[in-house]
Amino acid sequence: MKKLILLCTTALAAMALLLVSGCNEPEAKGIAPQKYTDSLFAVMKADRTNYTKLVVKRLGPAGAGVIKPDEHWEDFDNGTLLPAQMFRAGAEAVREMTDDFTYSLQSTWCINKQNCPKTETEKAGLAYIESNPGEVYYGEEDLGGVTYFTAVYPDVAVSDACTTCHNDHKDSPKTDFELGDVMGGVVIRVPLI
Amino acid sequence: MKKFVWLAWALVSLALLGWLLYTMTVSEDKSQFLIGDTTYGHYQIEMACTSCHTEAFGGKEILQDACINCHGEELEQAQDSHPRKKFTDPREAYRLEILDARYCISCHAEHQQEQTHAMGVTLPDDYCYHCHTEVGEERESHKDLPFDSCATAGCHNFHDNRALYESFLLANAHQPWLKDMAQLAEPNRAFIKAHPLVPADLPVPMQQQITAHPEIVAQWSASAHAAAGVSCAGCHQGSESSAANWIEKPGVEQCQSCHAFEAEGFMQGKHGMRLAESVTAELNAIRPADSHLDFKPQSANIQHGCNSCHAAHDFDTRVAAVESCLNCHNDAHSLAFENSPHGKLWKNAQLNPAHQNESVTCATCHMPRVEAALSGTEFAELNAGQSIEAHASAMNAAENTARATLVSVQHNQNWNLRPNEKMIRPVCMNCHGLEFSIDALADEDLIRRNFNGQPAVHIESVDWAVRREQPEQAP
Repeated sequence: MKKLILLCTTALAAMALLLVSGCNEPEAKGIAPQKYTDSLFAVMKADRTNYTKLVVKRLGPAGAGVIKPDEHWEDFDNGTLLPAQMFRAGAEAVREMTDDFTYSLQSTWCINKQNCPKTETEKAGLAYIESNPGEVYYGEEDLGGVTYFTAVYPDVAVSDACTTCHNDHKDSPKTDFELGDVMGGVVIRVPLI
Repeated sequence: MKKFVWLAWALVSLALLGWLLYTMTVSEDKSQFLIGDTTYGHYQIEMACTSCHTEAFGGKEILQDACINCHGEELEQAQDSHPRKKFTDPREAYRLEILDARYCISCHAEHQQEQTHAMGVTLPDDYCYHCHTEVGEERESHKDLPFDSCATAGCHNFHDNRALYESFLLANAHQPWLKDMAQLAEPNRAFIKAHPLVPADLPVPMQQQITAHPEIVAQWSASAHAAAGVSCAGCHQGSESSAANWIEKPGVEQCQSCHAFEAEGFMQGKHGMRLAESVTAELNAIRPADSHLDFKPQSANIQHGCNSCHAAHDFDTRVAAVESCLNCHNDAHSLAFENSPHGKLWKNAQLNPAHQNESVTCATCHMPRVEAALSGTEFAELNAGQSIEAHASAMNAAENTARATLVSVQHNQNWNLRPNEKMIRPVCMNCHGLEFSIDALADEDLIRRNFNGQPAVHIESVDWAVRREQPEQAP
């Protein structure tokens, strides 16, 4: 009899534990932040590479010479955005559409000082991807009272259009970039609710 | 006694409440609610509260929408160096704690005239320094500059740097102070909306007016309207051809049916802003007497419409370009015009019509002729309802797919005055070098003398740009 009571009590306790644990930890749904940012980066990298190779390199001064990629592209009839500006224009347009995620292009060797890493996570992330080629940095940070999942992906020189422009720019702090080098990082943030 | 006090209190409270409700909802005079003097930019429409305060409760976003509703297009044209979208990235959160640059009112607070200075800014002049400290530390030329001098010394602007950015300075360095004389382009934009030519069978009301006013017909005959085939009906006739539809004094509505671009600019500037659609109250057109500027007493009560500068029926734009301005404006800059180098060119053109397109008038600088290249599709959209072919020659468009150059007169006199460096590229550099233009516009005394003389101020931005690029070439 005692065994039966003990068995029933144990079974009830196990069921209660399952129910309680079931209430507190519902099955996770949706996309994990890391997978979300990885997917976003895949799209960004593809578009950025294509714009650099298929538009700027192919049609710019190093190719057909029919377009003029320039920081002040609006001043020229055939002016077009530099690859970094194109990327930033996309980031700004996204911020006007949604605040579910944000992204930016940064570098330790930034030409415009506003694009150097600023937050501690950005600094740590850029340092990590520079010293660990091919790796990605993931972290969390609080900005303006909001907690963010922050991922930093390497931005690699895919064309000599990238290296030549940066190596020749008078404000560039690094002038020996080569194809395949990590020139900076793409920082993607997702607010955690 | 107590009852009497309570009764009196209740009556006074009710009366006060009634007055407040009446003023808020019915009365046109809402000046009691003004919390401070409005800036020179907005005083004209201060009694149209809901133009900016579009909702009673809504805070900064509501006001931001109102700012952008009127100023958004201008900021876009200016290639705004600090658009809102630059500050919405979370990584800028720490900056927003210092200065929330997402909102216009962070720098341009209204109803605080006592602390409003140039460009309607209500912040101390060191606002650049907080984010761009490193420039003062890293650039040799910028070391030891006063931290409040970035945007006040003629070198940088917060929004519009189209004539001041470094590559532009380099590309236009070492130009002579005076270049070859520019030729004014002939405006042609209104022509595309012009009403049909004078009909063979004149409607009765028009025939009656022509018979009654031969002197007006004579004035009209020499006008651009006559040359373009715009008859009396073009301005005076309502939707139907009848005596009842005769419009005795055509207003802005009639003018803008053809001169849409000009009317749009007019209502964006100080002369016509009270008549703009975005102004939510019925306001009388501005008079010189309403302004804080110096005007001639005899013109103090002229209400500003199209006809106050473009007198009917000859609509002589040469008169509108100088005499109309000087009829009212009485400040030192205006009074110095006739004896200035620009004024002398204008006088020369008066004597010699062959030099008309070299005349530099008030309008040349303050209401410049602006060109826009339109594709055939854009042209067709602008010219909806009329065939492109009908006006192709006037538009320099050989075929539908060609780009047509439209020239119109910008009637927003503030278009290139906020700040005055906006004038450099579309106006000054037509005849002058960049360095001279920057210096001249930074010399307030020279501006007062209407550019009679050489600048006594030198802005070193071009020198610094050249020195950084080619140290051996810099002065």
